[in-house]
Amino acid sequence: MNVIEVKDLTKRFKGFTAVDNVSFQVAEGEIFAFLGPNGAGKSTSIKMMTTILFPTSGSVKVGGFDVLTQKNEVRESIGVIFQNPTLDDDLTAYENLNYHAILYKIPKDERKKRIEELLGYVGLLGKKDEYVKSFSGGMKRRVEIARGLLHSPKILFLDEPTLGLDVQTRAFLWGHIQKINKEKGITIFFTTHNMDEAEKIATKIAIIDHGKLLMTGTSGEIKEKTKTDSLEKAFLELTGYGIREDAGDGLDRMRRFRR
Amino acid sequence: MRGAVYVMWDRQIRQYFRKKQRLATSLMQPILFLIAFGFGMGSMFEQTGNGNYMQYLIPGIIGMTVLMSSTMNGISLIWDKQFGFLKETLVAPVSRTGLLFGRCLGGATTSTFQGIIVLVIGLFMGFHITNWAAIPLGLLVMFLIALLFNLLGTSFAAKFDDMQSFPAIMNFLVMPMFFLSGALFPAKNFPEAIRVFIEINPFTYCVDLLKYALNGASTYSPVADLGIMISLIILLGALGTYLFDRLET
Repeated sequence: MNVIEVKDLTKRFKGFTAVDNVSFQVAEGEIFAFLGPNGAGKSTSIKMMTTILFPTSGSVKVGGFDVLTQKNEVRESIGVIFQNPTLDDDLTAYENLNYHAILYKIPKDERKKRIEELLGYVGLLGKKDEYVKSFSGGMKRRVEIARGLLHSPKILFLDEPTLGLDVQTRAFLWGHIQKINKEKGITIFFTTHNMDEAEKIATKIAIIDHGKLLMTGTSGEIKEKTKTDSLEKAFLELTGYGIREDAGDGLDRMRRFRR
Repeated sequence: MRGAVYVMWDRQIRQYFRKKQRLATSLMQPILFLIAFGFGMGSMFEQTGNGNYMQYLIPGIIGMTVLMSSTMNGISLIWDKQFGFLKETLVAPVSRTGLLFGRCLGGATTSTFQGIIVLVIGLFMGFHITNWAAIPLGLLVMFLIALLFNLLGTSFAAKFDDMQSFPAIMNFLVMPMFFLSGALFPAKNFPEAIRVFIEINPFTYCVDLLKYALNGASTYSPVADLGIMISLIILLGALGTYLFDRLET
């Protein structure tokens, strides 16, 4: 059964097309990687699949629900870990998770137990009452992972989850993702521009560039179709050798104010 | 709905009390106004037979405090856009109306609290409460003003991404509303053309009702004042919900 069905998805912003007529499916229990260079349209796609950006045209179904007409049902079935931090720095780790638990209607008598269990799992139980602003980037990411799993989603979305993480945190993250995928059958959809991650972790890969889906398949299939012997060569063969520019995010815009 | 309202309300209040410096500095402006206008203009006002000026001025300064802190609360939404927390709330399975009203009720609670502090300071500067039984009404009016202008500021903020231009635009809107409202001087002292502005200025009716609650005297009918405020709250609530439903990030 397909838990994600994307058909002819297009997003146009003023002047350019970020996602151009993309179609693909993700089967239940799969670990699906969206692989592409910077600015390929990965984040834009994930935002549309998670209901916080509206498509220009095309349709997206997540967990059997339409992202435009059944937003609430989609939101109930997914967990999202965004590329940039979405924690409130002025709250403690516990408060961040507690708000999340309330928003996702976790019964009051279960909240504390689940929050402590998950914080323990990411190794931050001892710091639960410290403000998030005192945490390092890796620690914040771990809080976000704990938060994303708090309400036991059916599908977990991760946008460039390992960007800027140290080796230990990265190993921990993927170990955990594979574990929940296997044990709980949670479908995983993640974006990355790292070949190794896509090859090692994903059961299926889609290569996207300039908003267009270039190829979908297992890493073996992709190598076969492009007649190359590594995913990296296949990727360069498909997307070309030009260097890409990265768009600024919210924090980059903030930094400009600081002059 | 309830969860969203509670989370956003609780968060506004926690953040307000955690930023003690901001709390202290935000009282600077009303205190300066009370000193400069209250003592500076007081004797002139009284000589022209308008009665006790402190008594006239203090509800106006309370109104100003609530007006300004409420509209500026909108900036917390822009802050959340920039630092990402907005995404966490937008992707949650909760109603956007709940998120909007939780935010605004939280902001209204802290702004009302700020208004109460100015009222207490006013008591020390010679303000006289004529009827203690009317104090709950006074608090309710402060809260309604606060809710109204939180909705205004937050609705504006839903359309804005720029942290620097937001306060400038809000000031552009709020300053004339405050000065030309009868908060500082009775409207009858202004020339005809300006009086027209005063009469279409919604803050005029907010201050008028606050003066009625705290002083027992008003220019317009208190029922009309209240009707105007509640209609505007409903209108801005609908506008804000419309904007929040379409909020993308």
